Amino acid sequence: MSLLPFCQWLAETRGSIALHESLYMYPLVESTHVIALCLFIGMTVILDFRLVGIGFTSVPLTDITRRLGPWMQAGFVVMVITGVLLFYAIPVRSYQNIFFRVKVIFLILAGLNAAVFQWGIYRRVAEWNMDKKVPRRAFMAGVFSLILWSGIIIAGRMIAYNWFDCDRKQSEFITWAAGCTPHED
Amino acid sequence: MLLPFVEWMEASAMGTAIRESTWAFAFIESIHLLALSVIGGAVLVVDLRLLNLGLKKHSVAELARDAWKWQNVALVVLIFTGIGLFSSEALKCYYSTPFWVKMTTLVSAIFFSWVVRRRVIFAADGAVSPTARRTVALLSVTLWFVVAAAGRWIGFSG
Repeated sequence: MSLLPFCQWLAETRGSIALHESLYMYPLVESTHVIALCLFIGMTVILDFRLVGIGFTSVPLTDITRRLGPWMQAGFVVMVITGVLLFYAIPVRSYQNIFFRVKVIFLILAGLNAAVFQWGIYRRVAEWNMDKKVPRRAFMAGVFSLILWSGIIIAGRMIAYNWFDCDRKQSEFITWAAGCTPHED
Repeated sequence: MLLPFVEWMEASAMGTAIRESTWAFAFIESIHLLALSVIGGAVLVVDLRLLNLGLKKHSVAELARDAWKWQNVALVVLIFTGIGLFSSEALKCYYSTPFWVKMTTLVSAIFFSWVVRRRVIFAADGAVSPTARRTVALLSVTLWFVVAAAGRWIGFSG
């Protein structure tokens, strides 16, 4: 199943064209995406540093999740909305961009990591809430989160580059991984 | 007055190497963004607390101990990667308004952090009035916001 026809249809919609061609709207959306990064990943970093034990170890874990959670969620909502808009503005190129695909995979993994943490070791947080050195599974959740979100930021930034775009000559692997189709323009 | 320095940076071995490499700029830019998210968290967690939001049960000074450390670690990474990015397109930056907005607010933000905010966040409980704490937090958030937004805008101009 390919989502390419959907992306091609999306690219022809008026809103997509308007956003794509907009002189100020597109940069504004992109800047908002970056600023929200400070809030959402910034708060995530605080939680991860606490789990990994390199900061805020005097703060009980549930204080961080309960008091900073809403700020993290607010940042996340802004990231998702602006992220969807950025995709909406450039659907086909994003869909066939190797870094965009890596980013989506990392996002899914980050979501799984958070789910495993929340429905796993976090259920027994009462037992280790005050510990400076958290259980190994909680520590690993922090490590994976830091690695995955770093990967998401790096891959996200790289989407802007056209090194592996389908309209350039690519290796067989990239052609496959980016879902390039034979020229049909 | 600054132009000779900017031209020298642009022509320097570092600037040339980053400009001519395919990956260098993108890689340094990514590290710059990673440090941005760290400084975002470190600044916000304390500023939220100064505004009586977020981790209200904990004293400002307790949070500041670690946050101040990470804020400065991130700042050092941001400055070093920033110098690398600048050197690769020094002349473009020289003629870019967002770049100068960013540099002005950046110097203000660093100065404000070290001279005013540092004293407030490490002060004993009750030593600084709530109004003063709120003002410091709002100024801090605003300054860093402009630094980040103007920084992003350098890429959109020219």
